Amino acid sequence: MVSAAEAMTMASDNPDSKVKLQVRDVGIRYGSTTAISDINLEVMENEIFGIIGPANAGKTSFLKTINRMNDFDTSMSIDGEILFDGINIREVRNVYALRNRIGVVFPLPVGLPLTIYENVAFVPRLRGIRDRAELDVIVERCLTRAALWDEVKDRLDSLGSLLSGGQQQRLTIARALSQDPELLMLDEFSIAVDPVTTMRIEDVLKELKQEMTIILVTNLVQQARRLADRTAFFLDGQCVEIGATEDLFTGQVQDSRTTDYIEGRFG
Amino acid sequence: MSQAARQRSGNLPDINQRNADWYIDKLVQYLVFLSGISAIVLIVGIFVFVTIEGLGFLFEDFSFREFFLSPWWEPTDEDEPTYGILALMAGTASVTGLAMLVAIPFSLGSAIYVAEFASGKKREFLKVLIELLAAIPSVVWGFIGLSIMNPLIIDLFDVPVGLNILNAGIILGLMAAPIMTSISEDALKAVPDRYREAAEALGGTRWQVIYKTVLPAAKNGLLGGVLLGVGRGFGETMAVLMATGHAINIPGSVFDSVRALTATIAAELGETAVGSPHYQALFTIGIFLFSITFVINLSADLIVRGIRKS
Repeated sequence: MVSAAEAMTMASDNPDSKVKLQVRDVGIRYGSTTAISDINLEVMENEIFGIIGPANAGKTSFLKTINRMNDFDTSMSIDGEILFDGINIREVRNVYALRNRIGVVFPLPVGLPLTIYENVAFVPRLRGIRDRAELDVIVERCLTRAALWDEVKDRLDSLGSLLSGGQQQRLTIARALSQDPELLMLDEFSIAVDPVTTMRIEDVLKELKQEMTIILVTNLVQQARRLADRTAFFLDGQCVEIGATEDLFTGQVQDSRTTDYIEGRFG
Repeated sequence: MSQAARQRSGNLPDINQRNADWYIDKLVQYLVFLSGISAIVLIVGIFVFVTIEGLGFLFEDFSFREFFLSPWWEPTDEDEPTYGILALMAGTASVTGLAMLVAIPFSLGSAIYVAEFASGKKREFLKVLIELLAAIPSVVWGFIGLSIMNPLIIDLFDVPVGLNILNAGIILGLMAAPIMTSISEDALKAVPDRYREAAEALGGTRWQVIYKTVLPAAKNGLLGGVLLGVGRGFGETMAVLMATGHAINIPGSVFDSVRALTATIAAELGETAVGSPHYQALFTIGIFLFSITFVINLSADLIVRGIRKS
């Protein structure tokens, strides 16, 4: 367990960085079962924040609360507060504008029943961009970044839902990027993507860090090691440890369970 | 870069600032809420109207025992009119029951065939045909009952009258089947193909896949279709009026003529003086029909919920 004060000191190691997301005492319950409890952490602007942990640790539930997707699920109740740019997300007056600033990629790709082009142009169109040339630029840029452009550039008008699983996953990444999000949340994005493409996307994520903050939930601990600046280890709904990724992977941990998990001794 | 990118993506409101999109969203929410509420208001309105019309009878001449337990429906008897709906209830129940016995196997069978086995042109043709069947007016069905089924039943079973439970039950079953087929087929089609693929990959035969995977997954929709058919049978008036023989009778066999609750209202309401006990008694039947429909729908809802939970 990491107290709020400790999280604070860790985050302030780098004096230049600014807190993008602050999570205080957050707990989530579904009816009477507790999904996560007492989560305290901070995500700094322009960092990649990794979250690792075995299944059922509450990682996905946690992501859902950040962009208030929990509003759809009445069985879910949430304690504590989450501050986005210092604003309590539960009190924002325009939740749609909040979600617009946060991009999410879910583990199972959800291609909207639109063409590939329209999938990526969806958000820009919602924002009122009508100029075709301008949309073309955005679509190409986002698809290229998601390592999908070369495969689909000749059939942008075919249905996005007809792509293979891995291609759909990259399409949803492109779609999330088309939001130009301030915060990008990736929930096990590489689950259906081949290793070579995964590496290409990982390279893009390292570049994207200059423009946005990224939260990376992953089952692949080595992926967290490759990408994340800091990593949190979730277990059974608790945040066991938060630290600089290199520290966690070189055994400088406060809780031995973290090393056990990373080295594959359980989970 | 990030600033430039954001400008390029159009205008994004501050997260604490409500823009036109936000207000449009709220407006649409209210409009949808109003249309939803209006349905409830209409239903309550109908119930209140029917109740008010039947209220005089309920307070003055109504006897629970007589109404539900007496088989004598003699509202025009000059000395002592009796208002017993037992025979009418028996009529409606027997006809609806037989209709469901006819319709459920027919409609489930054809739904499974159309959704799972038929393909291409055959499938499209059958679908059009089923929809066409659903569009036949009930008076036409009643006419078929009168002019075709009636002599057929007399010939086949050697009975004096062909307008009876058997006739009305078959007619009503055929009437309800197309709608039940349509809904059941939709329910089967809504089962994702990956369930079928997964079950087939395990080596299941077509029928095993349907019986073990597709039907359980479509359970709610199928049940919904069946209950809609029951509701249709209960509420159907014209065909039942024409095909049952319209004779007050507690049936002993399927060859007995009966009279249905709905048919009684349809046949007698025009003949009664507005506000008379007879008129009010007919509205009391209306209240009863309304309550039954309500109970059927409610229990359907509860059953479906129960299935979902387990």
